[in-house]
This record gives sequence, structure tokens and C-alpha cells, in this order.
Amino acid sequence: MATTIDSLFGVHEQALTYRSKRAEVLASNMANADTPGYKARDFDFKSVLNKLNTPAARVNQTHNKHMGFDKTPAAVSLAYRIPSSASLDGNTVDAKIEQAQYAENAMDYQTSLRFVNGKISSYLSALRGE
Amino acid sequence: MSLYNIFDIAGSGMSAQTTRLNLVASNMANADTVSSSTGETYRARQPVFSAVLQNEISNNQQSAAKGVRVAGVIESQAPLRHEYAPQHPMANEEGYIFKPNVNIVDEMANMMSASQSYKNNVEMLNTAKQLLQQTLKIGQ
Repeated sequence: MATTIDSLFGVHEQALTYRSKRAEVLASNMANADTPGYKARDFDFKSVLNKLNTPAARVNQTHNKHMGFDKTPAAVSLAYRIPSSASLDGNTVDAKIEQAQYAENAMDYQTSLRFVNGKISSYLSALRGE
Repeated sequence: MSLYNIFDIAGSGMSAQTTRLNLVASNMANADTVSSSTGETYRARQPVFSAVLQNEISNNQQSAAKGVRVAGVIESQAPLRHEYAPQHPMANEEGYIFKPNVNIVDEMANMMSASQSYKNNVEMLNTAKQLLQQTLKIGQ
């Protein structure tokens, strides 16, 4: 049980942000599937996860004007996808790979949504005393 | 909300692919247009796509492209077909007619690729729409 309302949704709050950002990146890859010289991009999940888990990123803010570390997934720089086969025009988008990744990402987004919904309904039933 | 941006991105993709389909249609329609000089002859046209980069809008290096746009339309530099047909009403003084450098097989393949890319963009948009609708229903 989460003790504060801030940690109510756990990692899913950040997961939803990350998944929606990744969907945007994959969408731009797909839109540029026929653009010469375009390099497909994606987030490196491991570095995103590290960014969220690193305790070193925790800083003490003793003044309200102190800047904290930006822990949003967007602060993690985007990487370039390694193409499975080179194309003559320098484009590294493989539409099928992007499609599969996009579908996977959408499923993961829905999974996080389901968890968030579950949390909300269990809290609601706890509040109602049902 | 990043999911809203997908509407713009997929929209730009659909618009670019529509331009490409339009040019394919124009090329196919003019595949047999005959003229009497090289200057007047129709040449196959192709769109040039380019990515719309995020740093054109804001100075953020870490963001991905924000879609695609048609940077321009180029005319094919392939040689025109010329035929000796002195009986043809469009024949020049030497009896030659000029036909466009449109390759029908190329155009058909181009059309299939464009319509497939268009469909991909539509699917992407639909998925984003579903995700947004589910997000809006959170907690209900």
C-alpha cells in the first residue's frame, strides 16, 4: 500500500509519460519511412530506467529556486536505431520493425493504464468501505 | 501530451503520401502524352520528402522529428523516348515524336509503396486515438 498520494500510482505514472513520448518518436519514424537520409530513432529503455532509479540523481533542494534534476524520460537523449540492412538513400527506417515496436508500446501503455485504473478502483472501494 | 502530437505527425505523413500518390497519378495519366519537341514533353515527377525536425521549432536537440513534409518536386532526368513516326500529326520536321520518360512499372511500385505508407499512418493515428480515449476514461 502506498503511504502518500504522490506514490499512489508507483512507476506507472512515469511509465505512461515514457510510453506516450516513445509513441511520438516511433510515429515520426513511421511518417519518415520514405524520407531519404532519415535515421530512425528510439529511446534506450535501459538508460531511461537507470535515470529513474539512480539515487545519485537525488539532490537536496534547500531553496525553492534550486533546480532539481529533470527525471522525465525526455531528458534521456534519444538514440539511433541500428539498421538491419542498409538502404541506398541512407534511410534506416524499417516500417515493419517500427510497426511492431509501436504495437508493443501501445500494449505497454494500456497495461500501465490498467494498473492505474486498478489502483483507483481499489482505493475507491477502500474509501467506500465496501 | 505527446499522444496528441501523433495526430500532427501522422497527418503530415498522410499529406506527404497523398502528394506522392497525386504525382504518380499525374505521371500515369501523362505516360502517353506525345509532343513534337523535347522542351514540351512531360517528364516524370517525384516528390522529395524531408523530415521536419524539432530543433527547427524549438532548440531542443534531444527531440525526434515532428513529421515529414514535401521539400519539393523534381523532374526525372531520364532520357525521353523519341520515335520516328512521320505520319503522326505531332511529328516534327524530321518526323520524330517525343514521349515522356514515365516508367509505368516504377510508377505502379511507387503507388503501392505510397498507399502502404498511407495505411501505416492511418493505423498509427487510430491506435493513438484509442490510447487517448482510454486515458480519458481513467478512474471511471
